[in-house]
Amino acid sequence: MHELCLTEGLLRVVLEHAESAQARCVSHINLVMGEMSGIVCDSVQFCFDLLSKDTIADGAKLSFRFEPMEVSCRMCGTIFPLNQSGWDCPSCHEWDAQIVSGHEFYVESIEVD
Amino acid sequence: MEIKVVRDIMSANDKIAARNREYLDSNAVLALNLMSSPGAGKTSLVLRTVEGLRGKMRVGVIEGDIASRVDADRIAKEGVPVVQINTGGACHLDANMLNTTLADFPLMDVELLIIENVGNLVCPAEFALGEHKKAMILSLPEGDDKPLKYPLMFATTDVVVVNKMDLAPLLDFSIDSFVKRVRGLNPNVIIFKISCKTGEGLDEWISWMLKVRRV
Repeated sequence: MHELCLTEGLLRVVLEHAESAQARCVSHINLVMGEMSGIVCDSVQFCFDLLSKDTIADGAKLSFRFEPMEVSCRMCGTIFPLNQSGWDCPSCHEWDAQIVSGHEFYVESIEVD
Repeated sequence: MEIKVVRDIMSANDKIAARNREYLDSNAVLALNLMSSPGAGKTSLVLRTVEGLRGKMRVGVIEGDIASRVDADRIAKEGVPVVQINTGGACHLDANMLNTTLADFPLMDVELLIIENVGNLVCPAEFALGEHKKAMILSLPEGDDKPLKYPLMFATTDVVVVNKMDLAPLLDFSIDSFVKRVRGLNPNVIIFKISCKTGEGLDEWISWMLKVRRV
């Protein structure tokens, strides 16, 4: 539901980097997205196509790499993905973990001409 | 040509949040971001807090809702400064909305600013506002499994207020399971068990607010 404002931020970051590299156009944008970030990729692409009109990023293709939701056990340090067994540590079976990944949303790189 | 970027998209929001925080600090105002599902009792807790702190701490309120000023009207009757933000569709408040609102808010009349976020357990956890403390409410009818479904909200809050405790005899909500799940995500979280209807547990909540101010 907040893809429009996030995509505005995304476009700003992309244009800043492309302009400082004196690029003529941006062809690809590589994004990293946590699987629990709650962001809908199709919706980001749709907003991007609208917002990037008349900029050097017009027509750029967005690629998404997904980061799984992973947590780290505070007792034994095991890092494990969140799945059906929930937050129980597969090694020591304690229920005491902190989120280490799965909520990110950032621009990893852009490809420009 | 590939250009490495590695820039968080949320950094624009976080920068404005940092400015809000500085502005609040320069006015000696403590800000509390209050979050929950719709109907968990945010406005009821705000009203109880205004009542409990009367004469002890001057409270101001910012109300965030998609539409209407129903909540602001309820708060205004208590005689405290209140501003309603209508997000016009957005499911959360962001730092920029707060920034615009703070510019016109009478902060000199306030020691505690309660920011009632839009009812939602998802996006409000992602958008920093510049608040000093985050509190969330979970009401018993929502179920004790919510920390499993909305982990970020429970993992990042400073306080969980369990509301509608008066309904406990009617529901299958297991407080022990709930507390275990929340502490598993967030070992240092402070948990209050209250009922805005009966007043149960509210003294502890009010004492905590007064203690936070002194810190």
